[in-house]
Amino acid sequence: MRVKYFDHIASNPLLPEVLEAMMPYFKEQYGNPMSMYDLGMNAKGAIDTAREQVAKLINAKPSEIIFTSSGAESNNFALKGMALARQDNGKHLIISKAEHHSVMNTARSLEKQGFVVTYVPVDEYGMVDPETVKKSITKETTVISIIHASSEVGTIEPIKEIAAIAMEHKICFHTDAVATAGNIPVDVKDLGVDALSMSAHQFYGPKGAAAMYLKTGQRILPLIYGGIQEGGRRAGTENVPAIAGMGKAAELADAELPKRMAHVRQLRDRLTEGILKIEKVHATGHPEHRLPGLASFVVEYIEGEGMLLLLLAKGIYAASGSACTSKALKASPVLISMGVPVSMAHGSIVFSLGIGNTQEDIDLCVEEFPQIVNRLRAMSPFAKEGWGAMPAEGDSKEGA
Amino acid sequence: MPLKFVENVKADVTSDIVYMMCPMHLLKLEEHMKELYAGQVLELLTDYDGALEDIPAWCAKTGNDFMGIDEEADYYKIYIKKGGTQ
Repeated sequence: MRVKYFDHIASNPLLPEVLEAMMPYFKEQYGNPMSMYDLGMNAKGAIDTAREQVAKLINAKPSEIIFTSSGAESNNFALKGMALARQDNGKHLIISKAEHHSVMNTARSLEKQGFVVTYVPVDEYGMVDPETVKKSITKETTVISIIHASSEVGTIEPIKEIAAIAMEHKICFHTDAVATAGNIPVDVKDLGVDALSMSAHQFYGPKGAAAMYLKTGQRILPLIYGGIQEGGRRAGTENVPAIAGMGKAAELADAELPKRMAHVRQLRDRLTEGILKIEKVHATGHPEHRLPGLASFVVEYIEGEGMLLLLLAKGIYAASGSACTSKALKASPVLISMGVPVSMAHGSIVFSLGIGNTQEDIDLCVEEFPQIVNRLRAMSPFAKEGWGAMPAEGDSKEGA
Repeated sequence: MPLKFVENVKADVTSDIVYMMCPMHLLKLEEHMKELYAGQVLELLTDYDGALEDIPAWCAKTGNDFMGIDEEADYYKIYIKKGGTQ
């Protein structure tokens, strides 16, 4: 059975050209980039090239790119590094309720170290209101971090507006662009951010390579101490093959971005249209300001886990926003903040599309999914009780 | 060598390397000094104590003029004048 992979927000397949760019650094070019002889210089050359390629993708200077091991590391580094470097000026941070765990849990760990964190809410579309951010600013605020686009509901946040507010108050602004960089245009100068996280495997590069953009002149306390790799900001021998792969993937993404976006957008719209024909299914996130390849829904009366298992049996790989669906406390914070009832947040389902998906894949999913929903609802005791029913003014397409 | 303290030095170039790991203070110093003309002054901002020994020694070795340091609350400002004929 051909795999219908609709979980590109979790990870992407590696492009053959990317693997090819990585291979020499797995094999003959094994030198340490810090070494002075040719093997080392060649490895260093690969990193320099990748730095230029990644910088170009987001319109940064190569010297503003710091390679890390993952999006999570970049997010930890940005928050801890910038907050600790500025703690003499204040110990207040602002993040949103739509953040990824790697921002959310880093903020929580800083709370334990005496920082105060304001978690700004999102509206029913998962959108942060820049005015709310502005009102949350105190004299103690040193760092604001707002996700560029949510991987659960796909909403693209008004980063440019929030960054301008941060700049006006001389506060460092970071955005977690892991879901966006390489998938939609991301221009650090245009956005006006001080720091930005991105990850290679989100744009058909390898796992184990990621980056943080840090604007020239911004101070940051390192997370990892040791040698002078990455300009003395992130020690440790570089993951040369993965970094070389990230560079190649960035170059390809930069060149193919409009084509890739058009492809997934068309498939996403077809999928959304098909799925919304099912009764008591609601699209989540913003209808327009959203990731082109992400379709997200909540399905009333049933749970994400059940849907995922039955989809899997049909060769369809998807995700649910609520990771652990059995406990009310584990319901997706993003959906809860958007005002989705806890019981309904359990019925979250997310399809994230990629360049390898075809119209046939989508049509098969649109054909199979209603049957899966019906089958689960027939088993669900909640369906009869009206468990998790959405208020009447919801955006459901009734009576398909 | 006793430390020299200076105040209100006018620098031609400032480089902020606070929180950057050793030996970035020497690498950045070398990089910036290459770009200066003789007589121009570099201001290096660093929180690294080791720089207080290393930079005067580097200056003595390379023929540049270690002018002195100015202490801020959490970092040092180190002034180096490029040696040679103007």
